[in-house]
Amino acid sequence: MSGHSTYVPKTALGKWFEARLPVVRLLHDTAVSYPTPRNLNALWTFGGILAMMLVVQIVTGIVLAMHYAADSTVAFRSVESIMRDVNWGWLIRYLHANGASMFFIAVYVHIFRGLYYGSYKPPREILWILGVIIYLLMMAAAFMGYVLPWGQMSFWGATVITNFFTALPIVGQPIQTLLIGGFSVDNATLNRFFSLHYLLPFLIAGVVVLHVWALHVVGQNNPLGIDVKSDKDTVPFTPYATSKDLMWIVLFMIFYGWFVFYQPNFLGHPDNYIEANPLATPAHIVPEWYFLPFYAILRAIDFNLGPIDSKLGGVLAMFGAIAVLAFLPWLDTSKVRSGRFRPIFKVAFWLFGLNALFLGFLGSVKTDDIIMGFQAVVWAKLSTLYYFLYFLVILPVLGYIEKPKPLPVSINDAILAKSAPSSVH
Amino acid sequence: MPASEAAQVVETIFFNLASTVTDGVASARMLKRSYADRWRPLPTRKEAILAESDTPAEPTRRDFLLHAAGAFGVVGVAAAAWPFIDQMNPDASTRALASVEVDISGVKPGQAVTIMWRGKPVVIRNRTEKEVEEGKAVKLEDLKDPLARNANGDANADATDANRAAAGKENILVMTKVCTHLGCIPLDESGEFGGWFCPCHGSQYDTAGRIRKGPAPENLPIPPYAFISDSKIRIG
Repeated sequence: MSGHSTYVPKTALGKWFEARLPVVRLLHDTAVSYPTPRNLNALWTFGGILAMMLVVQIVTGIVLAMHYAADSTVAFRSVESIMRDVNWGWLIRYLHANGASMFFIAVYVHIFRGLYYGSYKPPREILWILGVIIYLLMMAAAFMGYVLPWGQMSFWGATVITNFFTALPIVGQPIQTLLIGGFSVDNATLNRFFSLHYLLPFLIAGVVVLHVWALHVVGQNNPLGIDVKSDKDTVPFTPYATSKDLMWIVLFMIFYGWFVFYQPNFLGHPDNYIEANPLATPAHIVPEWYFLPFYAILRAIDFNLGPIDSKLGGVLAMFGAIAVLAFLPWLDTSKVRSGRFRPIFKVAFWLFGLNALFLGFLGSVKTDDIIMGFQAVVWAKLSTLYYFLYFLVILPVLGYIEKPKPLPVSINDAILAKSAPSSVH
Repeated sequence: MPASEAAQVVETIFFNLASTVTDGVASARMLKRSYADRWRPLPTRKEAILAESDTPAEPTRRDFLLHAAGAFGVVGVAAAAWPFIDQMNPDASTRALASVEVDISGVKPGQAVTIMWRGKPVVIRNRTEKEVEEGKAVKLEDLKDPLARNANGDANADATDANRAAAGKENILVMTKVCTHLGCIPLDESGEFGGWFCPCHGSQYDTAGRIRKGPAPENLPIPPYAFISDSKIRIG
């Protein structure tokens, strides 16, 4: 962030403030004069969209907490009363519930953008890892939030997910008991999940500050994946990036609004409108859509592997699928950042994207459903294999065997060459 | 006790505490010194600081105090953190070990009752002859989990049908009906093996509640229980 401060306080009050707390300078340098690569495409607006979604979730969440009661005897009723009795309660709850889904849609676009354009490569490793941490915190927050309405999916989702820990040898059972505060999911679990669900968004906000800080130290990546070389390669954040971000925020809001006003329960599950019953597991448990790929990986491991039984194996594979992201900066050995210049990577990447969607689909069906002539669990094993192959074999090897296309000299040159291929220079 | 007297008492206590600490420091330092200079007076604080700048290898009284305070602080933080961790464990009302008594006289062959024990469902099934025969017919080597998992018997007992069923009543099967995979409630009388089927991740149990197929690692556990009369069972 240093080295480009152009802020000059103009008013007497501004000068007085500047001498005591230069926060206006910080904001000016961060959101106004910050040089941003001039070739950023629409995919780069998702950071801004995510920031907006975090604010939306915090504001709607604080309001919902004013009407919600975290007690297993009344929680379900209190959510229904938010829907029926509280003024605008239906709107605020649907904004919050669908907001979680929108948050994940935006974060998946943001992550896949980073994967394609190599935004995790040096010098952006810390920036990327902070992103992985935010993603983990988001998953924890979303999971705990889904438990609060105390419906059937809430209860059994909480049971299944806290049972992940029992897969660990020796310490597993005590950890699970500690997490849920009893021998089964109950009122104690609901209470602490509410407390933590309120806390996590603020932790996310804290890590977001670090994420943005790290971004402003190393600078943004761009579709060409080459470094900014001169002022010609950049434009100031305001008005260029702010106006573009705002336009895409509005488009995203229309998409979000369509769900909230026309399909508010499309992304949810009807079983969650049945109050939690510890004696009856719903016939078909599925997590929220944003966890489905990982759920498919969990279920794919139904065989023992030496000393690791199927249960621990599934849990390890599932957490491994997320943990591997943190090591990505060192797994991808190619010096070229952007996928645009990597012909073989491009194929592997799009296969990875399709594979991730397919895993999501497999997570939504029963394991013994027949898909294209085979049981879903067979496909899940193949898909899981490709998921890990991509990170652990393809990316490390490609850096050595792939011949990338020539990179442009600078961002500015590439733009000029595109607009007038032969006349300039 | 007048205020001045109280202050004097406090001062005395403090003085004693302080001299205990400094004596401790002195003896600790004495041990470090060679025999020859053992009788040389200990350096004053100022001397120690000056000495430190010349010979940083020699630990000073300040080093000792710093390390002692640091170590004490770590222990203090850990001690203070424990209540905040342990409060998450089951509270007294949850821990209170309840035992439940169930009358099973109304449970005819082919029927089952499910009751709650420690927040978990326990199924008591009166198995039909066919179910018992099926359970007995299974070879031990076909089982994914070879242990009986019966809290009322030997921990290493084989998972035979007899070791799973109630002692002397081979038709009665008492089990915690919580899938050993991730804690869902398996459905009665379903699945490929005619026993239990878990709807969450497809684990299949046979008529003796033994895991046969799917991701679950263990047979359904059998809780401690006893017959208090011919038709009454106490669980727990």
